[in-house]
Amino acid sequence: MHAWLSALSFLLVSTLIGVGILAASRAIRVRAKVDSPLKQNTYECGEEPAQVAWMQFHARYYVVALFFVLFDIEAVFLFPWATVLRELGAGAFAAAVTFVLVLMLGWLYALRKEALQWQ
Amino acid sequence: MNGLVHGAVYGGVIASVLLTTIAFGIWFERKFAGRMQSRLGPTIVGPFGLLQSVADVVKLLQKEDIVPRDADRPLFDLAPVLAALFSLGVAAVVPFSPTIIASDLDVGVLYILAVGGLMVIPTFMAGWASNNKFALIGGMRAIAQSVSYGVPLVLAVLVPVILSGTLSVSGIVTYQANHHWFLTWPVFIGVPAFAIYYMAMLAESNRIPFDIPEAESELVAGVTTEYTGAKFTLFYMAEYVHTLVGSAVGAALFLGGWDGPFAPGLHWMVLKTLVLFTVVYWVRWSLLRLRSDQLMVLCWKWLTPIGVLLVLGAAAWVQFVPGGFQ
Repeated sequence: MHAWLSALSFLLVSTLIGVGILAASRAIRVRAKVDSPLKQNTYECGEEPAQVAWMQFHARYYVVALFFVLFDIEAVFLFPWATVLRELGAGAFAAAVTFVLVLMLGWLYALRKEALQWQ
Repeated sequence: MNGLVHGAVYGGVIASVLLTTIAFGIWFERKFAGRMQSRLGPTIVGPFGLLQSVADVVKLLQKEDIVPRDADRPLFDLAPVLAALFSLGVAAVVPFSPTIIASDLDVGVLYILAVGGLMVIPTFMAGWASNNKFALIGGMRAIAQSVSYGVPLVLAVLVPVILSGTLSVSGIVTYQANHHWFLTWPVFIGVPAFAIYYMAMLAESNRIPFDIPEAESELVAGVTTEYTGAKFTLFYMAEYVHTLVGSAVGAALFLGGWDGPFAPGLHWMVLKTLVLFTVVYWVRWSLLRLRSDQLMVLCWKWLTPIGVLLVLGAAAWVQFVPGGFQ
């Protein structure tokens, strides 16, 4: 519990540093006397921006993102196993090998289907 | 209550030291890059140009704060603060000496992966909130990058966890101090695991050859295109802090952390961290940028299966090698 509280206050200090830098800048930064409406334009190499950027965007790596979720869950299962492997012995080792091999069969299938390619 | 004070005091000290280190780290990088390109680097401000970063920060903080009219203001302002939070936050569980550690979490490795992995959120947040096409593409690339390096990173970090049997970072360093550094033995597991960690660390902190979300020659400045002044400073700072803390984590997990002969632990930890930090610059000024799809192929077709093999190898090592049991 003690350590978690320390981590929490460390994160608070980190946030304060970020906010503090912004506040310090607010105190010393300059302000233009005359504002041009062009200044607040979105940057598009000097042209008037064509439409907004909030549009549908084809994430070509969505299949890979799915694999990422699968493998990350694999890792979540492996972390507790990794810490107690010594005590549990050969049975735990065999179980994890089976688990990982099944997952790698899936990886091989994805590889053969060219799902890991940029589509 | 005690824990809160401990974390705040150590957090203040460690964060200030990290920020000072990167101020001179940026000076050192510019000198280093200059020497690699047969020029001098900064020479004007202070002796040997040492105060260049200080001058840069003062200049940047004075800049006018320009927010695009079409931007999503709350997200636009929040993203740099989150970037500073997540990059500094990882340092909470890194042991800089046997006693200098802000928070000795028993699941420190998990904490590092979690907080470090969150860095992609402010990056994409900045890209989306800017309402700028360059920034949006940069943000999408950042996500493509994070789904690529994430798995090899986790697998590489699992190796020291298996070998030492603990998730606590200080526990891993103590194990290495009592037995052997994981980079040195078992060498055929430790060296490749460290190499994968280092590559994933470069990708996580967006350094060349993996600075795909920024890619200044393609995307203007990627996600930071619309950022000026203090907010840009925070992003820039976060990137360097992330690299520095990533080097410190690498030193702790694979190079024995504060363990070393003749000198106090803190000196060894600082030395190892700075060596890893310098190699980042060396790589940065030597290699070319990969494309997103090349990074994806590298991570998914090569690093992931190698990482899985290393994890199984490390598990077999503690199971079947008599010396591995210790």
